[in-house]
Amino acid sequence: MMNAAMRVSADEQRVVRAWEVLQTVLDPEVPALSVCDLGIVREVSAQERGLAIVLTPTYSGCPATEVIEQSVAEAIELAGLGPAQITLRRAPAWTTDWISEDGKRKLREYGIAPPTGNAAAMQAQPIRIVPRQSVECPRCGSAKTERLSAFGSTACKSLYRCIACREPFEYFKPI
Amino acid sequence: MTNSSIQVEQTPSVQYVLRIGDTALIHGQRLAEWCGHAPIVEEDIALTNVALDHIGQARALLTRAGQLEGSGYDEDQLAFLRDERDYRNVALAELPRGDFAFTVLRCAMLATWFRLLWERLHDSSDAELAGIADKAVKEARYHQRHAADWVVRLGDGTDESRARIETALQQLWRYTPELFEADAVDEQASAAGLGPRWETLREPWLAEMRALLGDAGLAAPADSAFRSSAKTGVHTEHMGYVLADLQYLQRAFPGGAW
Repeated sequence: MMNAAMRVSADEQRVVRAWEVLQTVLDPEVPALSVCDLGIVREVSAQERGLAIVLTPTYSGCPATEVIEQSVAEAIELAGLGPAQITLRRAPAWTTDWISEDGKRKLREYGIAPPTGNAAAMQAQPIRIVPRQSVECPRCGSAKTERLSAFGSTACKSLYRCIACREPFEYFKPI
Repeated sequence: MTNSSIQVEQTPSVQYVLRIGDTALIHGQRLAEWCGHAPIVEEDIALTNVALDHIGQARALLTRAGQLEGSGYDEDQLAFLRDERDYRNVALAELPRGDFAFTVLRCAMLATWFRLLWERLHDSSDAELAGIADKAVKEARYHQRHAADWVVRLGDGTDESRARIETALQQLWRYTPELFEADAVDEQASAAGLGPRWETLREPWLAEMRALLGDAGLAAPADSAFRSSAKTGVHTEHMGYVLADLQYLQRAFPGGAW
């Protein structure tokens, strides 16, 4: 029979394993990033059976949210840590400031410019006539870029073009 | 799921949340009509992205309204099985989509209003509603900036673009008082700490709209005595058509999913 101390450490180990597994669960729309890089995993805790996992949705209408929930549950079960009980927590709201440094590097390597600046501070500015942030080209690093479209292929991105290397690229919108 | 209509218990709290959720849903539905029809591909993507944000907000709000209502209705039943009189969106959202000028001006009006509302709902006594608002306010800021850019560009553009945005302003302005009209629902919801009285949004909204219209070389039309009343369930003649489109599939194939 397990004593209490042993149970605690077994639970801790399951949680550590779960975080490792979550590092491999990718965002279906930006498959360069894991759900951990994206900063949407709020909590993992051991339950009597399986794990409780709290996720924060990125955009209200993001169709990837349901797919992400499913892939998290599947990955946890496949690793023998299931069943995963997943809940969504909206507050505090997700911000691109939660994308890890490692995540930003991966985005750049994938060809997507990571969100620049501090979204929280930018939200405090008045809405209109806001100077556009200069966005660095993820390919050549030039700051001479221009926005082509405020909205892009997914809710989280907009479309830019590099004037120096002439390549179009996507920019992860800071929110 | 059956295809017969449901009636919801319209307590002030339920109505208050439905007013916001239905406005997001119907505005999203109208914006989605642009899919494949916008003047340029960037705007096709923009309008449908904004629509998607609104439909996402509506899903969360209708879910919450269903919980407050207590009969166990989910977001789908509330969206697809309520009749016109049980819908509580503002009339501004249900007007036919019009031309591109009409669409971006309505979008700027509603984005400004939504942003002010979401900011105040941060302090809601309902933690779920506050959480939805904190998420949505970020989206509303992006929508507002985008739509406002277009209002200035069209107002300050060619004779044709200016004529179109002026016409849109004349058509839309008289539907805006409903966004701020006080009534018992509003009063009781704010007394319960659920959210602000919409009346308190009027001045900040007018200040932002006047600044925007000024930048676009336009002026707010004179106030008229006309009052729309869609948020009390008494809609314009356009609402039935929106619902016919929105609800057709679930009424014809109850519970259909893919």
